Amino acid sequence: MRTRGFNIWEWCIERIIQIAGILGIILVILIFLFLLQNALPIFAERPIGDLLTGDTWSPTHGEGKFGMLPLILGSLYVTVGALLIAVPLGLAGAIFIAEVAPRRAREILKPAVELLAAIPSVVFGFLGLLLIGPWLADVLDLPIGQFAALGSLMLAFMALPTIVSICEDALHSVPRTIVNSSLALGATRWQTITRALLPAARSGVIAACLLGMGRAIGETMAVLMVTGNAPVMAEGLKGFLRPVRTMTATIAAEMGETAFRTPHYFALFAIGLLLFTITFAINTIADIIVRRGERDVA
Amino acid sequence: MADQDDFLTRALRARPSGRTAGGPGAQADHSVNIETRDLRIFYGDLEAIRGVDVEIRNREITALIGPSGCGKSTFLRALNRMNDEIPDARTEGEVLLDGRDIYEPDTDLVALRRRVGMVFQHPNPFPMSIYNNVVYGPRLQARLRRDEADEIVENSLRGAALWDEVKDDLHRSALDLSGGQQQRLCIARTLAVGPEVLLMDEPCSALDPTATFRIEELMIELKERFAIAIVTHNMYQASRVSDRTGFFLLGELIEFDVTRRIFEDPQDERTDAYVRGRFG
Repeated sequence: MRTRGFNIWEWCIERIIQIAGILGIILVILIFLFLLQNALPIFAERPIGDLLTGDTWSPTHGEGKFGMLPLILGSLYVTVGALLIAVPLGLAGAIFIAEVAPRRAREILKPAVELLAAIPSVVFGFLGLLLIGPWLADVLDLPIGQFAALGSLMLAFMALPTIVSICEDALHSVPRTIVNSSLALGATRWQTITRALLPAARSGVIAACLLGMGRAIGETMAVLMVTGNAPVMAEGLKGFLRPVRTMTATIAAEMGETAFRTPHYFALFAIGLLLFTITFAINTIADIIVRRGERDVA
Repeated sequence: MADQDDFLTRALRARPSGRTAGGPGAQADHSVNIETRDLRIFYGDLEAIRGVDVEIRNREITALIGPSGCGKSTFLRALNRMNDEIPDARTEGEVLLDGRDIYEPDTDLVALRRRVGMVFQHPNPFPMSIYNNVVYGPRLQARLRRDEADEIVENSLRGAALWDEVKDDLHRSALDLSGGQQQRLCIARTLAVGPEVLLMDEPCSALDPTATFRIEELMIELKERFAIAIVTHNMYQASRVSDRTGFFLLGELIEFDVTRRIFEDPQDERTDAYVRGRFG
């Protein structure tokens, strides 16, 4: 291709871009290896089954108990609760912005929702801890203003911009002719949204929810502040109104106080490894769904 | 001709479909299914259609031709009020469907669009199965029993000359079909709601010649049952399939006549210049 001979400047630029591209992948792999290396010793000491399904997280008692199930359940409760709040709200918001709101309102609304993502999570933590938590405890007659559902609420606020923004993009990228065909077949606006638009945008909508979920499961600061920090097994529906502790909050709360290269230390890394695996899986699934959707629309 | 149309219009109205065809003002000219009177359409301040009077007759194909931007598609969309979807579009004048103005405030848009179906420029099946594409329209109105739905699907696909090609895998994604098949599916989807008038907005412009030929054959078959209006850029297409042709220029209807006269003996020199390919 090159007819003008070797150009050192071109060569440098190409290499720099190449390195930048590869660096991202290398970093992910290095982080994974680092997690693996620091987590492996605990697997040598305790059976992996006991770690994952043990119901007691009590790292500083005697030899220490490192059952992660309460923490996994804590993350699950908080995340599922967050999705239950954020998905319907986010979907409704995206539909409103994409289909119902007048054009000018759309131009203001979308950046406004995306601005929510700029609020630091510690601010949400404060909001929940000092304002919403005590108020909800009062209204719901709870003994303490720090519980799983409060974390869900805060996470829902944080996942909302992701969900609204990506959903809206997905709805917006559905060809107008799909909407027009539906209307021309005698569908009402609502029928068009539910039967033609959402199915056509479904891959984007699902991906948006998964990415929102990835954001929620990995979020630390706000949940650490509002969920009460009690590594107890959440049970049934009532679990939502009891204090819990998530995987992320456990790492954040305990890493600073644990001795270097003790079982406790390794166990915390094992939690990190588990988290990494979960979010990696969620993001990969979201990616696959988005790609499949692109193929469908084209 | 007039007698035949009269018969057909009555037959259409007598169909037990529960729609509100006719009505008090419907005694006008039965040979006409859609008629516009001094139709004007504005986009903001721009007058895109400037007082157009056209009759689109039953059992005929009416072609609307003209250079890009002349307003023919805008005009077509006025006939089932699809322009309502464009935020700053405004319509004046009358569009009479069986003698009733569809722009009256009490018009039921859903019923109107079921009576006046539309096929769009690009084949745009919904991203679902062939079967579900066809029953999409009927299912908006009522729950269908399995056998009812099956019947609608078969009849509509037969009507759109697609049945033989797809009958063995109706549950395949419509997006796997070829462009020409997709467009016939879109026609089938429109037929499934039982329209009286078919509007087609450049239905072949995205298709290859073979697929175009099949759609044209299909149109000629379909005109036995409907009034058809087609917007086209392709003058050969207009001359091949249509019975009457209207020539639009800058939002005005310059000439409207029997197709042969438009192409062989146009009365207006601008029409003459256009059909001879001197501009556009």
